[in-house]
Amino acid sequence: MSHLRPVPDDPSPEEGGSLPARLAELLKRAARGDEKAFAEWYDATAARAFGLAVRVLRDRAQAEEVTQESYLDCWRHAARFDPAKGSAMSWLLTIVHRKAVDRVRASEASFRRDAAYGLRDAGVAHDETAESATASIEAHRVRAALADLTRKQREAVELAFLGGYTHTEVATMLDLPVGTAKTRIRDGLIRLRDALGVGEVGTA
Amino acid sequence: MNPTSDIHALSGAFAVDALGDLERAQFEHHLAECAECRAEVASLRETAALLAQSEAEAPPESLRQGVLSGIGQIRPLPPEPPAQPAQPAPAVRTDVRRRRLPQLLAAAAAVVLLAVGAVLWHPWQHDRANVADQVLHAPDAVTITEKLPGGAGEITLVRSVALGKAVMIADDVPQPPAGKTYQMWLQQPGQPMVSAGLMPDPKEPAVLSGDASTASAAAVSVEPSGGSAHPSADVVAVFPLKPT
Repeated sequence: MSHLRPVPDDPSPEEGGSLPARLAELLKRAARGDEKAFAEWYDATAARAFGLAVRVLRDRAQAEEVTQESYLDCWRHAARFDPAKGSAMSWLLTIVHRKAVDRVRASEASFRRDAAYGLRDAGVAHDETAESATASIEAHRVRAALADLTRKQREAVELAFLGGYTHTEVATMLDLPVGTAKTRIRDGLIRLRDALGVGEVGTA
Repeated sequence: MNPTSDIHALSGAFAVDALGDLERAQFEHHLAECAECRAEVASLRETAALLAQSEAEAPPESLRQGVLSGIGQIRPLPPEPPAQPAQPAPAVRTDVRRRRLPQLLAAAAAVVLLAVGAVLWHPWQHDRANVADQVLHAPDAVTITEKLPGGAGEITLVRSVALGKAVMIADDVPQPPAGKTYQMWLQQPGQPMVSAGLMPDPKEPAVLSGDASTASAAAVSVEPSGGSAHPSADVVAVFPLKPT
């Protein structure tokens, strides 16, 4: 049960014994072939990785495949993770998200395009069922920050990130001129970032 | 390519994988030159990672077993060589060194790879052909976009007369049906269409074989796997080209 640590009081991705620092350290050990460290890293991150894959793909079997592929990639490339350029969690979720999005776009390109016109609310509704597992201070902060976005910004960010839609699809779904959605996604993310106190990263 | 002045505005969509293939390639190119956007993308990815936590869901135990038994059979790659200018440099750069190509060639390749690969988050996904990148970023590159019938996405042809090459990039184009492939064609003035190669995966930019600088047209058709000698009736896109 050693992997069930309490949620840190300060969830911002700073240094110093925090969850992010511990995840980075585990990944460093994994890069040297330490399978136990990697198992611990998996235990600390898998719920988020899998949850994100399920959210984008909406198919548990495919989400399992994507999650597994992502972790194997992480193991293979652990030595190339650079904590100065971002957190280990972000590194992992970027990989999972990209794989999930690539998969929906490859397998459902035309289907999803059609669906985009009919399911305007897809991806916008909050699913509360998954939240109990990670009820935490951080989750509250994220929800509060999300609530602080304009409804239009929130919809655009959620459709793009959690829905896996391109900005042009998001524009169609939200009846926006093409070109407006990308601005809204960026503005929404920046506002969230600032509200959540995500520091500067990757400035090298 | 002709990046517009507001290419910075793509940072958010890029950070959450919401760009089409062409825009993604353009923005990656831009990232190589723009430290500000690199920092912004990194910070927006951190932000998106926080958003994902409300979706957290415990995976089945079988997944854990699959991962942990899988890593036992995979050798972790060594670290990058030191003194990288930016986030994980491309794996291919190491490979270039290992193959000990003649020094000049290696240096030239490294410049191209560094420029494009230095900013990529997933270095291992970057084994895309260098020719494609050269064409996409050629100063004289001209693009033509054609929509496919039935709303099945669009294909953009990028041609550099100076390089004599053309690249096709599909956006939102579905995978070909089972047993079929996309095939590219080039037509020289007054000649029949000649195969310019297959595009087996519409998610990958495909370089057309043949001299694109003199061609009068390019096309894409759906053909049986392995390709055809002549285009079938199922031509999905035609690109008229200005003769040079």
